[in-house]
Amino acid sequence: MAQTTKTPTAARPGDLAPMRQNFVDLVKAAKWGVVGGATATFVSAIGMVPDFDGRTLIDPFLTLGYLVLFLVPFAFGYMAARPPLTLEGQEPVRVGPRNVLAGAIAGMVTGLVLIVPTLVAVNFNLRSVFVNLSPAMADTLTLGQSLGVGLLLLIVGCLVAGAMGAGVNVVPARWRVPVMTGLLWVLTVGLLEDLATQLLRGLNLDALVGVFFAPGGGLKPLGAIIVFVLVFSLQLVFQRRPPRLKARYQALDQSERRRWTIILIAATAVIVYLIPVVLGGFMSEILDLVGIYLLMALGLNIVIGFAGLLDLGYVAFFAVGAYMTAVLTSSGSPALSPELTFWAALPFVVLAAALSGVLVGTPVLRMRGDYLAIVTLGFGEIARILFLSDWFDPVFGGAQGITQIPSPSIGPLEINTPPQFFYPIIVLVFVAAYISWALANSRIGRAWNAIREDEPIAEALGVNIVTAKLSAFVVGAALASFAGALFASKIGAVFPNSFSIVVSIIVLVIIIVGGMGNLAGVAVGALVIQGLPQLLREFDEYRFLLYGGLLIFMMLAKPEGIIPSRRRVAELHQEEMGQDAWLTAEPESELDEARTTPATAKD
Amino acid sequence: MALLEINQLRKTFGGLTAIEGLDLHVDKGEIVSIIGPNGAGKTTLFNLISGLFPVDEGEMLFGGQSLNGLFPNQVTELGLARTFQNVRLFPNMTVRENVMVAQHCRTKSGIFRSILRTSKFRHEEAEIKARAEEVLGFFGSRLVGYRFDQPAFVLSYANRRRLEIARAMGTDPTMILLDEPTAGMNPSETTELTGLIGQLRDDHGITICMIEHDMQVVRGVSDRVICLDYGRKIAEGTYQEVATNEQVIEAYLGRKATDAAS
Amino acid sequence: MVAEQGTRRRLHFDFVGAVLWLVRILAILAVVIGAFVSLTSGRLSAAAWLNFVVIGIGQGAIYALIALGYTMVYGVLGFINFAHGEVFMSGAMVGAFAANSLAQAGMWNSNPILSILIVLLIAMTTSTLVALLLERVAYRRLRNAPRLIPLITSIGASFFIQYAFLGLFGAQTRTYPALSILDGFIRVAGINIRYADIMVIGSAVVMMVVLYTFVERTKAGRALRAVAEDKEIAALMGVNVNRTIVLTFAVGGAMAGAAALLFGVVFRTVFFFSGFLFGIKAFTAAVLGGIGNIVGAMLGGLTLGIFESVGPSLVLTGLGIPSAHQLKDVVAFLALVLVLIFKPTGLLGERLSEERA
Repeated sequence: MAQTTKTPTAARPGDLAPMRQNFVDLVKAAKWGVVGGATATFVSAIGMVPDFDGRTLIDPFLTLGYLVLFLVPFAFGYMAARPPLTLEGQEPVRVGPRNVLAGAIAGMVTGLVLIVPTLVAVNFNLRSVFVNLSPAMADTLTLGQSLGVGLLLLIVGCLVAGAMGAGVNVVPARWRVPVMTGLLWVLTVGLLEDLATQLLRGLNLDALVGVFFAPGGGLKPLGAIIVFVLVFSLQLVFQRRPPRLKARYQALDQSERRRWTIILIAATAVIVYLIPVVLGGFMSEILDLVGIYLLMALGLNIVIGFAGLLDLGYVAFFAVGAYMTAVLTSSGSPALSPELTFWAALPFVVLAAALSGVLVGTPVLRMRGDYLAIVTLGFGEIARILFLSDWFDPVFGGAQGITQIPSPSIGPLEINTPPQFFYPIIVLVFVAAYISWALANSRIGRAWNAIREDEPIAEALGVNIVTAKLSAFVVGAALASFAGALFASKIGAVFPNSFSIVVSIIVLVIIIVGGMGNLAGVAVGALVIQGLPQLLREFDEYRFLLYGGLLIFMMLAKPEGIIPSRRRVAELHQEEMGQDAWLTAEPESELDEARTTPATAKD
Repeated sequence: MALLEINQLRKTFGGLTAIEGLDLHVDKGEIVSIIGPNGAGKTTLFNLISGLFPVDEGEMLFGGQSLNGLFPNQVTELGLARTFQNVRLFPNMTVRENVMVAQHCRTKSGIFRSILRTSKFRHEEAEIKARAEEVLGFFGSRLVGYRFDQPAFVLSYANRRRLEIARAMGTDPTMILLDEPTAGMNPSETTELTGLIGQLRDDHGITICMIEHDMQVVRGVSDRVICLDYGRKIAEGTYQEVATNEQVIEAYLGRKATDAAS
Repeated sequence: MVAEQGTRRRLHFDFVGAVLWLVRILAILAVVIGAFVSLTSGRLSAAAWLNFVVIGIGQGAIYALIALGYTMVYGVLGFINFAHGEVFMSGAMVGAFAANSLAQAGMWNSNPILSILIVLLIAMTTSTLVALLLERVAYRRLRNAPRLIPLITSIGASFFIQYAFLGLFGAQTRTYPALSILDGFIRVAGINIRYADIMVIGSAVVMMVVLYTFVERTKAGRALRAVAEDKEIAALMGVNVNRTIVLTFAVGGAMAGAAALLFGVVFRTVFFFSGFLFGIKAFTAAVLGGIGNIVGAMLGGLTLGIFESVGPSLVLTGLGIPSAHQLKDVVAFLALVLVLIFKPTGLLGERLSEERA
C-alpha cells in the first residue's frame, strides 16, 4: 500500500511542503522481530519471567512476569514502526496502518522466535548449563495451556503487543502523552501496591483499599480504570496550560515571596514529620536506606557533577565515616574505646573523612579523566581490603568488624527504630542539599564549573586547580562520612563487606540515571534505584543487571539523566544546541552596527 | 625597569627549536606588537610566559619577579593575563559567569563562608557580579543587558573574541598578552577593537603585548614592534622601521621579494 | 594544551609536588627495607623465591593476553573498555561447559591436544562474539561522545554481562576437568616448573608474536595504527574506520578468549565474577607497559604478575605486616596508582596514539 510520491519543491518560509512519503520497511520490521525474539529469549532464560509471575499487577490477567515478557514485542514493535525523523523545515511524515502492520510483524516474529526456547525447555534438559530452561519456564511461556495452544496464544499475544507498540507512533501527539502516562501510572500503582495500600491505611482511608485492590494482590480492573481516567484527564488538562509555578514564584514581590516561602517550609516540615508515621515501620526502613544513599549521591554529585572528577571509589569515604563512628562510639571497638556519643564523635568522623579526601585527591590531581576513574576505583578496593585484613584487625576488627555501636540520641530521646531514624537522616539530607546549592552558586562552584569545562583555561584564568579539586574531594568525602556515620549507628555494626565497589556503583547509577547536578533528579534517582528493589523483592535478584542495562541505556539515549539540569543538557548535546543556537539567539541590534563607524586609524 | 623582561629564552620541542636566544622587554604603559610569519614561535612565547610550558633556558621577569616554574594561575595572580588564539571560553557558562570566574584569584571566599552565606561572602559576591558587568560594559552595548545571562556558546564569533578579552580584563591585570585579538574579524570590527585596545592602555593603564598579523592594527596602535622568525628576534623598533626592514620582508615574502624591492 | 608536569615546578610551595615526593620516598623506602629484611632473614629459600617468580610469570602471561584487548581498544578509541574483563569471563565459562562435555564424552583426557584446540576455538569465538556485541550495541553510537561517557557505558555493560551470566548460568563455580598431560613438571635450577605453566607462557608468547606481526606487518594492522592516530585522517586516506574498529574489538576478544582457555586449564575454576578483578589487573598491566603498546602489554603483564606474586612475601612481610597474602590485590592496585602518578605513559611509553588531553 504505497503512498503517492511527490518530490518536494524548494520550500520558502511559510510554504507547506507536501507530505513526505511514508515508506515502512516490512523486512526491517521482521529483523527487529528477530532481535526482539532474542531479547525475549534472554529475558526468559535469565529467569525473570517465571520469577516475576508472582506479582499480580492487574487482577486477574496481568502479572509482572507477563508484563515484562510482552514488553519486549511492544518495545520492538514501537521501534519497527517509528517514522523517520522530522528535520527542520520538513513536514512530518504521515503515519498509518502500515506502521501498525510493521509493529505487528515485529511482534509476531518475536513470538515465533520464542518457540525455540520453549521447545528446548520441554524436550531437553540443559539445566546444568542454562539453569532456567525448565518445564516451569515453558509453562509460563505457553500461558499455562497445552503446548500447541499455548504457543499459538503466545504468538498472537506478541503480535498484539507489537501492534500496540506501533500504535504509540500512530496515536496523534495530542493524545499520546496522556495515554502513555495513564498506562504508566496504572502499572506503577499496580507495582507499588504495598506502598499505596500502606499510604491509604496510614491516612485512615482503609475503605479505598478494597475499592482499588483485589484481595489476592493487584489492582482490580475497576481500580485500574479509575487510575487511568484520573491521570489521563489531569495530564490532558495540564498539557494545555502548564502551571509555571517557578515563574509565578519569582514574579512575586519581596514580602509576598517571603510569606509563601515560610508557608512552603512549614508545609514541608509537616509532611516530613508525617511520612514515617503514615507509612509505618517497613516503609520507613526502606526510606532510611534511600536517605543514606541520597546523602551519598549528593556528595558524589559534587565530585562528579560539579567538579567533573569521575570518582569510582566513593565507597572508601563511606567506609571511613562508618568505621570512625564505630571505633569512636562502640564499646566493642578493639583498640581504643572512647565511647563518645554519636554527635560528639561526628566532628572527628568528618575530620577523618576530610583527611582521606585529601589523601585520595592529591595523587589524582593531574590525571586525566579515565585514569582518575580507575585509580579511585583502586583506592576504594584498597580501603575495603585493608579494613578486612589481619593487618588492620587490631583497630578495625578485620572480618568480624565492629559491633555494639550505640544508637544516637537527641536529648532524652534515643533513636532506635526505623521511623525514628528517618528524622536525622532527612535533616542531614536537607543540610546536604543546602550545601550543594550554596556551593554551586558561589565562587568555588564557578571554579568547579570552569575546571569541568576547560581545565587548562581555568588555570590560566587564575583558578588554583589544586585547592579547587581537593575541596571537591573533601566536601564529597564529608557528606559520604555523614552517610557512613548514620549507617553505622543504624545497623549497629560494621563489616568490611558492606563497603565493596557495588556501593560506589549504585551511587553512580543514582546520579547518572536521576540527573547530575540536579537535586530533584538525584532524589528521584535514589528512590528508584535504591528504594524500588527493596520494595519489590523480585527485582533484588536482578538489581545489577538492571543497573547495568540502565547505565547503558541512559548513556545512549539521555546522558543527562531523567530530570536533568539545563546546563547538563546543554553540555551533552552541545553540538546540536550549538547548531541551533542561531535560531534562538537574539539578533544583534541594528544600533550596534550603526555605532561602528570606521574610526580613523591612528598614524 | 621594564615590566616584562625576557632574557636569552630558549625552548625546544624534541628536535625542533621553537625559540632561541630571545631577548625582549615591555615597559609599563607600552603597547608592543609581536609579528612574524607562521611558526615563528610567537604563541609558544606566550605559552612560556604564562606558564603553560616549562622553559629550557633563560629568564622571564615580571615586575622584577621571576616567572620561571610558576603555575599558570600564579602568573595570573601576579597580574599578567592572556587571551588565546583559538577562543576558548567556557561554553556553557553564561557571559557574566565567564568573567566572574576570572576574578577567582582576586577574591577569597572559601567553602565555609560560601555555605554559611556570611555577609562578607554576600558582599564579595555582589562585588564580583558588579565588577564583571562593569568589565563587560567596556565593549559598549554588545555584551550587556540580556547578554549577561546567555550561555557563551550562542555568541557570534566577534563577540566571543570580545568576551575572551573581557575575561582577561576580569583578572585585574597589570598587563595583558593578546594572542591575535582581531583574527577572523571583519574590517569594521577590527577597527573598533583597535580603538578598544588603545583605550585599555589609555583609560585603564594596562600594558599590552599582542601578537598580530593584521598590519593595520599593528600600525594603528603599537608603540613598538618586534618581529620574530624561526624563534629569533630579527627586528625591533617602530612600525615604520620594522616594516621596511629587509630581513622582515624576506621572512614574510621570501628572498625574491627582497631582491625585487631593492 | 595541558600544562606539563614534573620537570620544572619549583617555586612557591608546591603542595602536590611535595606530597608526591613524599610518596616516592616512602614507596622506595618500603620496598627496600621490606625486601632487605625478607631476603636476609632466610625465611624462604632461593628456590622458594624463584618459585614465586615462576608462578608470577604464569599469572602474568594471562594478564598480558587480556591486557592486549584493553590496550588496543584504548589506543584506537580512547577509552577504557571496562567490560573487557567480562569478555574474558564469558570465554572462560563457555569453555568450561565445552570442556566438561568433552570430558563426559571421554575425549578430554584421551585426546588432550584436540580437546584443548576445540575448547580454545569455542572460548575464542565466544569472547569475540561478546566483544563484537558490545561494540555494536553499546559503543558504536558513542564514538564521538566525550570520553567519560563510553567509560560509564562500559561500566554498565560490565555489570550487565556479569549478572546476565549469573542469571543464565547460575551462581555456582564451574570447574574445568583436570588435564592429565599437564600433571608433571620439569626441574630447572632447583625448582619445579609445572607443564601447565610452560604451556601458558609458551602459548602467550606465541600469540603475542602473532599479534605483533599482525599489527606491524599487515595491511589491516597498518589501518589499525592509522585509526589509532587519527580517525578522521585515516578515513580520508581510504581506511574503512568502522571495519577497523570492529576488527580491533574482535582481535582483543580473541586474545581474551585464548587467555580464558589458558586460565581455565591451569586455574580451573571460574564463576560469573571472575572477570572483574582480572579485568582491573589486566588494565593495570596495560598501563604499566604503556597504553597502546603491544609489547608493553606483554611486559606489563609479566611485571604485574611477578609483583603480585613476589611482592607480598618480599616487601610486606619484611615490613612486618601479617598475612601479607591477603594484600595481594593491594599490591596490584598500588602498582597501578604509582605507575599512573609517576609514569603515566608506562614503562615503554604510549604507542598506538599520542596522549589526548
